[in-house]
Amino acid sequence: MSILVNGDTRLVVQGITGHEGTFHAQAMLDYGTNIVAGVTPGKGGEWVLDGKVPVFDAVHAAVEMTGANASIVFVPARFAADAILEAADAGVGLIVCITEGIPVKDMLTVRYMLARQGVCLLGPNTPGILSPPHTRVGIIPGEITFAGNVGVVSRSGTLTYEVVHALKLAGLGTSTCVGIGGDPIIGADFVEVLSYFEGDSNTDTVVLIGEIGGRDEELAAEYIAREMTKPVVGFIAGMAAPEGTRMGHAGAIIAGGRGTAGEKAAALEAAGVRVARAPEEIPGLVRGR
Amino acid sequence: MRLHEYQSKEIFTEHHIPIPQGRLAATPEEAKLIAEELHGPVVLKAQVLAGGRGKAGGIRLVHTPDAAEEEASKILGQRIRGLPVRRLLVEEAINIQQELYFGMTVDREHAETLVIASAEGGVDIERVAEASPERIARVAVDPLLGLRDFQARNLAAEVEIPRRLWRTFIAIALNLYQAYQDLDATLAEINPLVITTEGRLLALDGKMIIDDNALFRHPAFFDMRDLSAEAPEETEARKFGLAYIKMEGDIGCMVNGAGLAMATMDIIQHKGGRPANFLDIGGGASSERVTAALRILLSDPQVRTVLVNIFGGITRCDEVALGIRAALEEIETEVPFVIRLAGTNENEGRRILADARLETAHTLSEAAELAIARSEQAVTE
Repeated sequence: MSILVNGDTRLVVQGITGHEGTFHAQAMLDYGTNIVAGVTPGKGGEWVLDGKVPVFDAVHAAVEMTGANASIVFVPARFAADAILEAADAGVGLIVCITEGIPVKDMLTVRYMLARQGVCLLGPNTPGILSPPHTRVGIIPGEITFAGNVGVVSRSGTLTYEVVHALKLAGLGTSTCVGIGGDPIIGADFVEVLSYFEGDSNTDTVVLIGEIGGRDEELAAEYIAREMTKPVVGFIAGMAAPEGTRMGHAGAIIAGGRGTAGEKAAALEAAGVRVARAPEEIPGLVRGR
Repeated sequence: MRLHEYQSKEIFTEHHIPIPQGRLAATPEEAKLIAEELHGPVVLKAQVLAGGRGKAGGIRLVHTPDAAEEEASKILGQRIRGLPVRRLLVEEAINIQQELYFGMTVDREHAETLVIASAEGGVDIERVAEASPERIARVAVDPLLGLRDFQARNLAAEVEIPRRLWRTFIAIALNLYQAYQDLDATLAEINPLVITTEGRLLALDGKMIIDDNALFRHPAFFDMRDLSAEAPEETEARKFGLAYIKMEGDIGCMVNGAGLAMATMDIIQHKGGRPANFLDIGGGASSERVTAALRILLSDPQVRTVLVNIFGGITRCDEVALGIRAALEEIETEVPFVIRLAGTNENEGRRILADARLETAHTLSEAAELAIARSEQAVTE
């Protein structure tokens, strides 16, 4: 088993005819993901990816005609919030938003609406989900891991690949690898994803990869101490980051002396999490449990 | 994007939020002229994007136009917290009875807009929040309803604004919220919002931060960006879609992805080295972008060695390798390179770099250790 996605996932790709959308849709299809539809307003009726995937003008039509139950968004930032709201309105249960650079104001409205509709959003600015061996909803390269029992949840992209790849070299596979996104306002947080891993029979250990900024890691630490029975290994990026400087990700900023890597690592350690000093230490800590 | 005080106050005026009378001066003569127009004592305020201007000598009270000219000539051209003072705001001096705080920002944890008021104005609000949290009144705004009269009134009551000023306060609160929403701000702050001895409410200072991701909706702000507040390399980097932040060390870093870039800096520091910068070349980096990145990186004279860490996903290692080779043909440099490529097309990437004068590493730790060793050698030589 896995979390959030599985063999029953029927995916609609929003922005499938764009450059990014086409490239990653093909890669997801090659990995074995069940892509049932694409959406690009104005291009309904076309077939893409060697005639395998029908394109619709609207998510509503795609859901109605193909039974899509999850969506991935590759739509440009200025239209992405609308794309998320459209998917939620059409009734899909999971939305993965790869797009980066969505205005904060748009995301506040999106979060407000999704909470009312009970839809799970990953991202924005996430690499998505990878559940080996056959389901990839996002852009995480499939070849860096294999099916196993480590659950991975992260705010980063390539740093996640680094960690997952290190696990693979140590002979450790993943149940599901989830990116929650590097923006200040995102959908599912660490706590939500940790709770899914806690309930997943295929996950034995969870690796949490955090970074400076916000309080998500601190909230995760509280949850781990209170609710989790499975061991958690952590890593926090940004020990060397100065205060008040935004480190690439819109969400990675230490404000008013809070949100430092040191504070986050300490909070996790106090909750019983073993925190690695370097990504390469993570496989050893996973094995050591 | 952070706005200057005078820019924030222009927005306040457009939204009917009362501010002191005054104008912007770029020369001492202009400062004198404005002081003459205002009749009476004036305050000169350096327009720099740095906190703690007052303590750094950037705010002066003067009583005559001649004194305004003299003081202005001292402040203009001076540096405050490293930033050059190019303009002064010259404003009528205000008789203050009480200083309040009023502002709004994004509450990340609860994904909502938080409106904040406090009777402790004119000081760092974060310090107030820590020392005496009970002195801060907050209200969360429903994004569909916006800030309502009753919420502003409750804030006024909670921070004990005199009843006769409630109506004015509510208008200021709602107008600031409107500006905050209309302009995609992530912070709007009046600190202090003062009650004058004449019994008026006035925004004595103003600060706004506009969401960089929303600038496409507000093209006017593109020309308002103050480039003197950032290093020229950072401005150059933005042109190429790169995120670059200069730091104090000697090991230049080029990495794909923000999280991995931070982790790379951390490992260098953890192993006893000092990173010279944060540099994220992003996903799918083309060889042109890699060349631009290396040019920016090597323009820092403190850089003694360069560490390239690429984990190929969408970014292909061979593409990055081509970029590095092209950059080294273009830029003459003696600085040694340590390169770590992993992931998509890593072998092709290594092959491309095999004949170049570069060292390769397999793991991140190995790369960091090599880079530190090379930078130490550069010092002893």
